[in-house]
Amino acid sequence: MAESIHHHAAADHGDHHHHAEQSFVSKYLLSTDHKIIAMQYMFTGMLMAMIGGFMSYAFRMQIAFPGESVPLWGLVTPANYNALVTNHGTIMIFWVAMPVLIAAFGNYLIPLMIGADDMVFPKINRLSYQIFLISALVLLTSFAVEGGGFGGAWTAYPPLSAKAEYNLTPLGATLWVVAVGLEFVAFLLGGINFVTTAMNSRAPGMKLYDIPMVIWMIVIASILFMVSVGPLLAGAIMLIFDQTLNTAFFDPNRGGDPVLWQHLFWFFGHPEVYVVLLPALGITAEIITVFSRKKLFAYKTVLHTAIGTGVLSFTVWAHHQFIAGIDPRMAHIFTLTTLLISIPIAEMMFVYIATLYGGAIRLTTPMLWALSFIGEFLIGGVTGIFLGASGADIYFHDTYFVLAHFHYTFYPIAIIGTFAGITFWFPKMFGRMMNETLGKIHFWGSIISFNFIFIPLFVLGAAGDHRRIFDYRNFPDRSLPEYQQLRVLATVSLLVMLAFQFVFLYNFIKSMFTGPKAEKNPWKSNTLEWSADSPPPHGNWPELPTVYRGPYEYSHPDRKEDYWPQNQPN
Amino acid sequence: MSEESHGHAHINYPKIYVILLVLLVISVLGPFLEIQAVTLITAFGIAAVKAYLVAKNFMHINQAPKFITYIMTTCLVFMLLFFAAVAPDVMNDSGDNWRKNLSTWHYSAPAGHHEGAPHASSGH
Amino acid sequence: MRPIATTRSTAGMPTGLLAVWWVVASEIVIFGGLLASYLMYRLSHAAWSEQAANTNTWIGAFNTFVLLTSSFFAVLGHQAAEKGDGKKAARFLVYTIGGAVTFIAVKSFEWYTEISHGYTITSNTFWSFYYTAAGIHALHVIAGAIIMGIVARSAAKGLELHRVELIGIYWHFVDIVWIFLFPLLYIAK
Repeated sequence: MAESIHHHAAADHGDHHHHAEQSFVSKYLLSTDHKIIAMQYMFTGMLMAMIGGFMSYAFRMQIAFPGESVPLWGLVTPANYNALVTNHGTIMIFWVAMPVLIAAFGNYLIPLMIGADDMVFPKINRLSYQIFLISALVLLTSFAVEGGGFGGAWTAYPPLSAKAEYNLTPLGATLWVVAVGLEFVAFLLGGINFVTTAMNSRAPGMKLYDIPMVIWMIVIASILFMVSVGPLLAGAIMLIFDQTLNTAFFDPNRGGDPVLWQHLFWFFGHPEVYVVLLPALGITAEIITVFSRKKLFAYKTVLHTAIGTGVLSFTVWAHHQFIAGIDPRMAHIFTLTTLLISIPIAEMMFVYIATLYGGAIRLTTPMLWALSFIGEFLIGGVTGIFLGASGADIYFHDTYFVLAHFHYTFYPIAIIGTFAGITFWFPKMFGRMMNETLGKIHFWGSIISFNFIFIPLFVLGAAGDHRRIFDYRNFPDRSLPEYQQLRVLATVSLLVMLAFQFVFLYNFIKSMFTGPKAEKNPWKSNTLEWSADSPPPHGNWPELPTVYRGPYEYSHPDRKEDYWPQNQPN
Repeated sequence: MSEESHGHAHINYPKIYVILLVLLVISVLGPFLEIQAVTLITAFGIAAVKAYLVAKNFMHINQAPKFITYIMTTCLVFMLLFFAAVAPDVMNDSGDNWRKNLSTWHYSAPAGHHEGAPHASSGH
Repeated sequence: MRPIATTRSTAGMPTGLLAVWWVVASEIVIFGGLLASYLMYRLSHAAWSEQAANTNTWIGAFNTFVLLTSSFFAVLGHQAAEKGDGKKAARFLVYTIGGAVTFIAVKSFEWYTEISHGYTITSNTFWSFYYTAAGIHALHVIAGAIIMGIVARSAAKGLELHRVELIGIYWHFVDIVWIFLFPLLYIAK
């Protein structure tokens, strides 16, 4: 067995196929190159983000100015409102956070950072994107069918989601479940590719603890996803049958149990948030080490904590169901586990801060995003403690407090993490530098307005604003002017935040074509992807690299340079 | 390619096959004794044994690196965890978990005003 | 043209083998979730035994025999592939596919009989689970048989012999799922 490994290692050099001039279709649409597939995921995710963002604009306008026609949409009916809220959440998690953070960055970075020429199964990689694209199209179709899009919340609890007489959107509801199911299949396929590649295709010399943290995080996230999604995939099939065949899996009148769906959903749903969190934590780790010129403080601790968090994440799910009628003794247990899980994440925050301490900090745009991740996620995490205590949750559940909490976690994960990653790896991906001034304007405009959206929502939630209310004028005691002012403040801040995204779009597109050309390693980073050309060619390197040390050897006392690339022999 | 796969140490595949068939026969005959405990053991105990035999002798799981066994076991354990945590909920009250059965509590609908929550009869 | 990445093995096992085991892991939790849900319902609905009495244990047992035999052929195919005999491996794989076809044929006949007696997917939640669980399993049997056919075609030409083991492992897993479905749906009435 050992002989065959050596044989293959020797064959690593050279041995590349040369392509004849490829058509646009075969080079960009049907490519099996991991970098192209990564871009496909990224652009699809960004497009879906615009759709999901537009949805939030429409329903926030309805809340702030109820009954008034919303520019670019029209009047928001109650059915519209429910569908907008449902699909905003669904899109942002499944069609933005996951494709960008895991599929796009995973696809792009894994082969490059472990010194491989591609994923181990390029054709399955392409297939996973194709299934993902179909899932996105199925979801978008659900808005166009009779009855409109599904409006039963992204959690799709039956009987509302199962019975057309309740949800009034039978076609939309089934298309929604089918879309989500297809997305799961796409990510299962992709996940197997990622895990197998990272486990098996590392460069010679790259031992387990020499792997960059972002790769570990994406791999652990993929494993978490694979293990948690199974029961929900089964549940989705049961729900589709309830919807279309009139089975009674979740119908309490005929021997079924809606609570089973809740458990199936959240058994996946909770690990899922860590699935998206870990890559964002990984991206942050890469950025803060590069821009403080310091090694990651306690690499092994971070790694073991991430794994421990992953395992623990399977034991907290019913904190989403504290007031659903679960056994109260079960609630005690889940309170304990939920409060416990805050400890490893807090510890990772401390490790990141310790990494920054005493470093030569450079406040580039990626670094600003990474630092803001730490600060904003902290608020999200701390407010989660209130919700994890089942007693307090009796009051807070289904209020805007919950919503503000999870936006203070999801926004750092999906938005800040994405912008951090894009601004950091843009030079490698497109061979050009983004504009720093525009980057900083975009950053400050987004971050400040983001806080002005959700802090009012914490206040409103604590004051009693229930979620998923289409028009607060129906509730006289919620219609006090001071409450409505906060709602308007949040909505106007959203408009400001959305406006600043045009700065990013302009920067992104303009830099892609006319930005200053980027060298191989503009940030002077150690990891392998920076030793490839910007952008890397098919096959990534003419000769695949060998690794001699870990990824975070910055500011080594014995060396003149403050960085020491992994592939440099001495 | 064949030198890549380690020669799977001499397993007598026909022998394993026959054992599996014998176990199948026992599991089919078990219910005829009409003792519930026996039926359960022959049905599920034998299923577990058969699964183990297939995993070990046909899938060669013990010849793959150990982490493979750990991964499969972990998945099974998580399914047990899922069952253990969800069964108390789902197996109670036939899906009626949101109705309170305590005698001191009765639900009064919010007639005409928007205060929302039901009032406990033991006055607050 | 396979990337160099596919030929490395820093985890100490061939890439395809590692990947297939990950597929098995993800399938364990899919079927595990489904069967755990079934078990919860079954244990809390004693009345289901009236419905369950109507599954045909003999057909179920025969199908179990068919799948066990097909697994036996699959592993013999693997043994042949290890020795480099692609033609023999392909032949055993074809026998395995024959087992799959038999299984599906028997199941179709079984379901046809049950449905014509009024035991449809909606007649009782027991039957909803019965058809859903066995149906998803059957889809995996069909998919496995198709892939096995593709592997057998290459193997007959002496190509990609390592894939015989890989499709075999998937096949054995599908067999194991049935090993548990059989007592759940047919014996434990």
